[in-house]
Amino acid sequence: MIRHKPKVVWIQAITCNGNTHSLLSSNYSRFELFLNSFDFFYHPSLTTQNSLEDVFSLKEIDFLLIEGAISSNKEFYSISNNDTLSLLEKLANKSKYIICVGSCASYGGVHAKFEENKQIKGVSDYLISWNLEKIKHPIINLTGCPVHPEWILQTLFSLKQRETIALDENKRPKEIYYGLAHHGCTRNEYFEWKVEAKSFGVKEGCLFYEQGCRAPMTHSNCNRILWNDVNSKTRAGMPCIGCTEFDFPRNNMLETKKNIGIPMDVPLGINKRAYLTLTGVAKTFKIDRLNKKLIE
Amino acid sequence: MSAKELKKNNIIENALKLFSKKGFYNTTIPDIAKAMKMSVGNMYNYFASKEELAKYAIKYSTNILANQLKEINHKQISSKEKIFLFTKQYLENVKNSPEVIEYFLRVYLSNREVFAQGCEGFLCVSEFVTEVMILLDEGAQSGEFREQEFFTAFSMIMGCLGGFAFLSGEKVLDKDLIEYSNSISENIYRALKSDKA
Ligand code: SF4
Ligand code: SF4
Repeated sequence: MIRHKPKVVWIQAITCNGNTHSLLSSNYSRFELFLNSFDFFYHPSLTTQNSLEDVFSLKEIDFLLIEGAISSNKEFYSISNNDTLSLLEKLANKSKYIICVGSCASYGGVHAKFEENKQIKGVSDYLISWNLEKIKHPIINLTGCPVHPEWILQTLFSLKQRETIALDENKRPKEIYYGLAHHGCTRNEYFEWKVEAKSFGVKEGCLFYEQGCRAPMTHSNCNRILWNDVNSKTRAGMPCIGCTEFDFPRNNMLETKKNIGIPMDVPLGINKRAYLTLTGVAKTFKIDRLNKKLIE
Repeated sequence: MSAKELKKNNIIENALKLFSKKGFYNTTIPDIAKAMKMSVGNMYNYFASKEELAKYAIKYSTNILANQLKEINHKQISSKEKIFLFTKQYLENVKNSPEVIEYFLRVYLSNREVFAQGCEGFLCVSEFVTEVMILLDEGAQSGEFREQEFFTAFSMIMGCLGGFAFLSGEKVLDKDLIEYSNSISENIYRALKSDKA
């Protein structure tokens, strides 16, 4: 357990600010607990007390949180005359924990798709060969576009308490990303019996076959740790677009890619032949209850 | 396979012949027992009713096709070749054990009420339908087949093959069935292929 109030520094690289917005939407009492338990030393959009210069003069940073993708090219982005790579260079060497907040910091995200600048990458892509002096833990990726605020807080509290956290093969905390966004969706019964939603935004039907829902192939806990404590995309009738996976953003995200009517991707870990047999059979049942409006 | 399973399959093989010759309603359990040289009472140890036997028989006969197509699907060959191979095997089935295909055409498709409960939709033929799905899916993924709806593609294959089995059963074909194999395959393939292939 880390006894002192750990210093948290949040820097922004090439980003839309979405993860900052997300952090500010966190559960009120959780955020208050965070502010009481950590020394939130610097955030470019929030703190007025400390400047980036103050951060540079710190000897040690407990938690370095990075939002946004990294590029060595000053033309594209710089803060106080630092391109994002040299900013990272200056701070990474002082940090005990490095946490990539969001998909852009984790692997470049949407910015890495910008073909004019091949230098835009995730934090680990740049740091991989560096000898980080103070680092106590492998770099952690919190993927998501944006990340759920609770994923940030939970990771920080876990590390403060236990100093280490189990990671999956994409360096994401297992405790957050072990399951699929599909788990806990209120539409699971429709998924089982292959009853499709007729449009976006309705309560009835599953969004898998017609609307492109990626939740059965997406590691996240959106349907268990709800957004704003109340809802998730799929609960509200918007398909999961797989924002926590490394192939995000894909093309045609609201479509299910099909070949002659057969979905190209099937839920993770299921053999396609078996899946097609099961669904072929499930589709032949007409369950009246599932074909009616939930509230008439 | 257990001894009981073997016996069940044996009963089905005999029943298929009778069903396809005399029709479902004109074939009785005593008829089947007679063909098997079994007592009627003993028959009921294997199938509780003629309906149950009918459902078991449709699974049995489509699984023959399903297994053949599955083997073809596993081969590292083009989708075009798969269609040619399957068509040929299918016609050989029609020639060598016509009762299997005839049962499908003359009993399963014409006596739907027998199968209304317990064989809804694809329930009893699902393994075969799955293999057709795999065939179409892989063909479309590789770009050999064009995009279209599943059921239109499915009926291009099955309608064509079923139609030929029917013509053969009616004894109106002037050539040996197998000789039609290439031109039927060609027709099926052309109905599915993409313009670029
Ligand atoms: S809408 Fe998406 S998450 Fe919900 S049951 Fe369907 S596939 Fe799963
Ligand atoms: S439901 Fe899917 S797209 Fe939405 S936030 Fe969760 S992982 Fe991302």
